[in-house]
Amino acid sequence: MTSNGDMLVAEEVHKSFHGLEVLRGVDLRVKRGEVVCLIGPSGSGKSTFLRCINHLEKMDSGRIHIDGSLVGFRPDGDRLREVGEREVAEKRASIGMVFQRFNLFPHMTAMENVTMAPVLVKGEKRDAAAIRARELLTRVGLADKLDSYPAFLSGGQQQRVAIARALAMNPKLMLFDEPTSALDPELVGEVLDVMKRLAKDGMTMVVVTHEMAFAREVGDMVIFMADGQIVEQGPPGEVLGNPRHERTRSFLAKTL
Amino acid sequence: MSEFPPTTERIATELPSGGQRPPAGHRPVVVPQRHPWRWVSAALVLFLAAVGVYILVTNPNFNWPVVWEYLFSEKILSGVVVTLELTAIAMVIGCLIGVLLAGMRLSPNPIVSRGAALYIWFFRGTPILVQLIFWYNLAALFPSISIGIPFGGEAFASVSANTLIKPFTAAVLGLGLNEGAYMAEIVRAGMNSVDEGQVEAGRALGLRRLQIMRRIVMPQAMRFIIPPTGNETIGMLKTTALVSVIALSDILYSAQQIYAQNFETIPLLIVASLWYLAITSVLTMIQGRIEARFNRGAVSAFYGGAAAASATKRRTLRGLFELRGAAGEDDK
Repeated sequence: MTSNGDMLVAEEVHKSFHGLEVLRGVDLRVKRGEVVCLIGPSGSGKSTFLRCINHLEKMDSGRIHIDGSLVGFRPDGDRLREVGEREVAEKRASIGMVFQRFNLFPHMTAMENVTMAPVLVKGEKRDAAAIRARELLTRVGLADKLDSYPAFLSGGQQQRVAIARALAMNPKLMLFDEPTSALDPELVGEVLDVMKRLAKDGMTMVVVTHEMAFAREVGDMVIFMADGQIVEQGPPGEVLGNPRHERTRSFLAKTL
Repeated sequence: MSEFPPTTERIATELPSGGQRPPAGHRPVVVPQRHPWRWVSAALVLFLAAVGVYILVTNPNFNWPVVWEYLFSEKILSGVVVTLELTAIAMVIGCLIGVLLAGMRLSPNPIVSRGAALYIWFFRGTPILVQLIFWYNLAALFPSISIGIPFGGEAFASVSANTLIKPFTAAVLGLGLNEGAYMAEIVRAGMNSVDEGQVEAGRALGLRRLQIMRRIVMPQAMRFIIPPTGNETIGMLKTTALVSVIALSDILYSAQQIYAQNFETIPLLIVASLWYLAITSVLTMIQGRIEARFNRGAVSAFYGGAAAASATKRRTLRGLFELRGAAGEDDK
């Protein structure tokens, strides 16, 4: 089922919203340290799948293992029982997530955004969390914005704070849900740069994106999804450069 | 590209000077619109105000000496204390019940959420005056109140309702329980105004529901809850005057007791009004302070930061008459 090299193993993930089947059996295997880019037309279920990984969305059937253990469920014979809030929260703490709309906490400064979860969830000392937050914000190039409120930051800066906020929990896996889609074109680069460095440092990442250049350059694997299923997957050179399926070809023709 | 003429040409054709560009450095001066009717309406309001002041000063029936005599009299002052106590306690009870009910209303459990809705329906649907008299007469419904096993079980302790429900208790219960229903709607609207993405970000970080409520949702909801709560407090201050019907010595009842003896009805009603006005003014000021505090981090045009709001206030008089300050600067 799961070998030691796998960070994420998804099997037969199904999900419906009000009778509409959004995920129709998704299987995926992500190795430790791998960067996987999910591409596909809107409504193909890529974001929903990403949200099933950390149980923000409850899947209807299937299973998702993170680092060998289930998130949000406990096996019980051939069923999966949903576990309580505390257990889900503990699992989520080790999975970082970055949203399309940043979702920074507007009533907290950049520093407070980054230190809150380590202090509240992991019980870290306030001083230690602050030192680490300063280090992370410096790493994403925001050493001079520590005490700024999100409203005073550009979209690119906000998204970099959001990445630092997720990293502060020392996640083993980072999920990115279209992290550059809400950004002005000239701000996309600074966020992608941070993500590239993160990938180089060996972080396991699942990235839903429309940035084909990023997928080609940074991705170890590109997954093309359509209508709630994975249509094609493989190294970026193959999927983007030489797609085998008609669906992939027509999608790429429209985006490039 | 080719459908449009080059940019410079387009501007040139729109200029009144027949296609000739004005010399470099030329800037047209903006002349603001004149508002003569603003002067007329201002004069009218000032005239009416003068008439009002004249009447206040010259009509002897206002009897201002009596007003001054009683304004700080002991009986009135103790009435002020009762009114303030009532307002404060009723608002605290109202806020506590409001937060509880708002939480219940948003609960996924339908029975819990309907229960809260039922409470709100009942307390908003009957007049507060009726509720006050009802609580005051509770003894008629339950002669004694006991703690014990419900549905006819054994009672551990029992008190006569008349000793438990004094006018002050009845007033606090009536005002507080009623306010709870209104506060519940305010708190709920505030919580709903916080973007769902905030909750998701909290969940993704591993926070639990109560932590998300306390650290993320409530601080942001406060910006939407504080202003109407300030209004509710000011409203409550004046609603407390209703307790005079259950013989509780608040400001109004104290004034009524005095004029029942000396028949100086109007001056004593003015005394009461002056106190209500004074307290309302103080409350309004406090509300402004609190709002500024909860505006931290909000600068968008939507919320109009506290600084921007006060700047607008300062400019109001100037803006009214368009004193042409801007135009004057251009002349230099």
